[in-house]
Formats: sequence, structure tokens, C-alpha cells
Amino acid sequence: MNVIVCVKQIPDPALPGALDGATNTLKRDGKLILDDSDAYGVEMALQLVDAAGGGEVSIISMAPNGETAGMRTALAMGAAKGILVSDPALQGSDALTTAKVLAAAAQRLGGADLIIAATESSDGYTGTVPEQMAEVLGLPSVTFAKKVKIDGGVLKADRQTEEGYDEVECALPALISVTAGVVEPRYPSFKGIMAAKSKPVEEVTASDLGVTPAGWAGAGQKVTLVAQAEARQAGEIVEDDGESFGKIVAFLENLKVI
Amino acid sequence: MAINSVWVFAQVTNGAATTGTLELLTKARSLSSNVTAVLGGDASGVAAQLGEYGATKVYATGDLAGKLPGVAVSGAMKAIIDGGDKPDLILFPQNYEGRDVLSRLSVKLNKSVLTNSIDVAVDGDAVNATTPIFGGNTLVTTTFTGEGPYLVAFRPKSFAAEASGGAPAAIAAASVPDLGATGGAKVTAVHVEESTGPKLDEANIVVSGGRGLGEADKYEMVEELAKLLKGAPGASRAIVDAGWVPYSYQVGQTGKVVKPSVYIAAGISGATQHMVGMKGAKNIIAINKDKEAPIFGIADLGIVGDVHKVLPKLIEALKGR
Repeated sequence: MNVIVCVKQIPDPALPGALDGATNTLKRDGKLILDDSDAYGVEMALQLVDAAGGGEVSIISMAPNGETAGMRTALAMGAAKGILVSDPALQGSDALTTAKVLAAAAQRLGGADLIIAATESSDGYTGTVPEQMAEVLGLPSVTFAKKVKIDGGVLKADRQTEEGYDEVECALPALISVTAGVVEPRYPSFKGIMAAKSKPVEEVTASDLGVTPAGWAGAGQKVTLVAQAEARQAGEIVEDDGESFGKIVAFLENLKVI
Repeated sequence: MAINSVWVFAQVTNGAATTGTLELLTKARSLSSNVTAVLGGDASGVAAQLGEYGATKVYATGDLAGKLPGVAVSGAMKAIIDGGDKPDLILFPQNYEGRDVLSRLSVKLNKSVLTNSIDVAVDGDAVNATTPIFGGNTLVTTTFTGEGPYLVAFRPKSFAAEASGGAPAAIAAASVPDLGATGGAKVTAVHVEESTGPKLDEANIVVSGGRGLGEADKYEMVEELAKLLKGAPGASRAIVDAGWVPYSYQVGQTGKVVKPSVYIAAGISGATQHMVGMKGAKNIIAINKDKEAPIFGIADLGIVGDVHKVLPKLIEALKGR
């Protein structure tokens, strides 16, 4: 069983986000790390390959500046190899172009029994790339999977819905997006971190993949205005002196909700 | 370009159109008099309601027989567009099914998408969508270029649903084309997670708990307080990820967006991901040990204290009333 995991390397979410002044797209020029939400997909892939008793996990990622630090984290967890699509022409690409690029990278690896992505990234959170990729590759998909197993060559997943969840069966090959918390991601061991340094990561450009990079200019959208939203003001802040619950009661009374 | 025709991806639960569908129809009819709903399912029970909120027509696929809406409805939409009925703008709800249909359709039409939006307006020849970023402190206006259909997904509660008193929408059949390999996924069972009390995204009062509760058992305090206030219990992503409560409790960017009269955040520090889902509340009460917690920056009443001390006293006081 071979599994491909799509990962995104993002600016540290602890740092405040910023827009590129020229294009009004998200700035991604600093140090990039593995998006937390992708660690779940990597872990799930490792567990599925393990359960199948053979195969390997590959990582694909797209980043404008040749950054591989986040991919190395995934390799340190146990993935075997990776493809990084790095091309200045891809800077500011929209979700559709990203999906086409990642789909082409998956094909360069010869496809897989299963492709896994997170439901959305923690920086741009458009949330459409996995399903767009499935459509580009002509694959069935199960998005928002919160429980996944392979049983007799069939994927069985619990898929999050507004009211609860659906049990879904899906033929392979397929693509799934997994929610945070679907499995507990392992921490890379020291041995894993050392081994990851020598694992192969092929760096390719969009044209190597036969994709015409549209970049921001080709996105069919243009940011025309960036404005500050009206900020919500802080109200009364009090230190609890043992009686502050009374403040809450009075507040609720004043609103006539109790 | 001017907007002549607008479609709305419509959803139905328990025999009625969802609130999200009605919100989008209300917005759509302010942009065009030619509003069409597209539904993965049977429209006979909801055509009147869809019409009342502005749809003049509804394309319905009939029972999807376990097919996932993402592939099926996008396939039906593409077939209608290829058949010559092409909208200028399609509005989607930012939810599980809405995102799937939007994504599949964007590839079929080779069109970009815009998600997480909160407004759309036509200004002369330009169609502009507004999207909050960085947790809502910055608003980005995006103008679509080139030919439609423009594909936009909106966060829940971006618009107020208001009936227009329109006639029932005319029902037109939409057929789902052969999906080939992409149709390989089938729903085999549907589970509805029972919850008592009001729904999280409709409740007038929401009480949410976070990591500050310390351990899963302490979430009972949040549930008890919510029940006393006839509200709904919610949660931060941290404790959902930790497995304390189901995903359906999650308030935030990747969970539910709530706009209650009162939101009580207990032991929640206020990560951007969470604040996006609740900063629209009319009144916010926050209880947190850390006085530097970002949640205090938007709270109308902030108690710097231990939830394990404040909540039990609050619950006792409310019980005694």
C-alpha cells in the first residue's frame, strides 16, 4: 500500500501574518514549518501502510522558496521520500493552480493507492485543494474523514457532517482529507531526525511537471482593497476575588437573559 | 460585468431548506431577479420555501442514492451549464458539502474559487467579494476578472435570512451524469449525534470550554451552566482535538460560527481560530486565569480567575434563582 501525503509548509502561526505589499497575497518568505494539521495525515498514512504490511509513504509539497524544513519533519516521522515543487512563478497561486500542481506531483510519483491531505491549511484556509486535486486526478474522495481504515481493499471512513457523521465506503485509489485529532501524531525520534536528512527530496519546477504556472495574475481574481475591520473593544476586566461570579449574574440579569 | 443570473447551492435537512440556504437566497435576490437554487435531492417538499426566499427556479437531482453531493451535484451543475443555462455567479455555503461541490465544480469549469467570504456586491462592472483574514482584523476585497461563473463560498450568518413572499420555485430536473471512477464513494450509514437543548449555531446563549478546564471531566461544568441558561455547550479546537468532546461542539474557523446574544468562554485563551467563530456574539463574558489572554481583548466582561472556582459558584447562584 503506497500513500502520498500532501503537506504545506507555512509561516510559524505564532507570528502575526502579513500581506505582500505588491500583490496582496500572503507573505511566505520567512522560515516555514510543517503545518500542524498535516501531522495527522502523515501519521494516518504511516499507520495505514503499517497495517497493510508493506508499501511506503511519500510527501508532496509546494513552496515558493525551496524550503524543505517542514517536509523533513514528515520524513523524520517515517515517510520515505518527497517531491517539492518550488518555482518563483508559482508565488501567489490560487487554490486551483495549487491543486493542479500537487496532482501533477502525485502523478510524477506514479500515483498511489491513497492520497491524504488535511481539510484546510492553517494560514490560507481556502479548504478546497484536496477535493480539487481529486477532480483533477479523476479520483473519488472522502473529505472531513475523522476515522479511516482499509478493509479488503476498500476504504471505510466516518465523514463529518453538520448533524453527526456518515459512514462512507470508497473504492481505491482515492483521496481523503482528514480532520485534526483523527490520530495522535508521533514525535520524530532522534534517529528519525538524523535519517530524514538523507532521505530523497526531489525539487522540481512547474514546467518539469508540465503545469503552466498561472501565479496570481492568472487567478481570475484580484485583491482591490485591504482594510482594517472595526475592532471590538474590551469591556470591564476584573480579578476574581471569590465573589466575581456575582458580576456575571448581574451582567446576565442586565441583559434579561435570566 | 453585470449579474444577470445567480445560482445558490441549496441544502435540505429534515424536509426543510437549511438556514444557510435561506441566507444565500436572500442575498442572491438582492443581486438579481433571476435566482436559481440547485439541490442534490428531491425539491417537491421545499420548492415553496425556496420560492418564498427568492428562488424562481430549482434544479433538483432527485435522490442521490448514497452518492456524495460533491461529485454528484457539481456534475449536474456542469451538465446544466454545458446545456446553455450559465449563471454569472454561484453562491455556496462554507460547510462540508458546499466546499466539496464548489471544489469539484471549479476544476470542471477551470475557474478560481473564493472561500470564507462574508459579503458580495456588484459595483458597476465589477463583482467584489469581501473576505476577513488574520482572524477577522483585516478585510480583503477581491474583484473577479474575466468571464463567470464566479464561485464564492460564504461563512454561515453572513446574511440575514428574510422571506420575500415569492411564489414557489419552478422545479426542473437536473440529471447527474456518469461519474466514472470519481463516483466510487458511497454513504452506507447516516448517524445523527443526539443533542438536547438548542443547536449550537442557533442558541441564544453559548457556553464554551477550553483547555483551561484542565481535564475532560470538568467539561460537565460547561454543560451544566449551558443547561441552566437554556443555552448550548461549545468547545475550543484544543479540547476537541484532545478528544474531550465531539467535533460537532467546536466553535471556530474549522467548527461552527456562532452569533448568540451571550457567549461565555470558560478557560479559553482566544486563539485566532476560535475567535473567528464567536466574535460576532452580542455580548462576550470570558473567564481565564491568564490576564494576558487575547480573549480579554474582545470580552465585555472579563474575569481573571480560575474557572474551577468561578464556575461552581456561578452555577450555584443560578440554581438558587
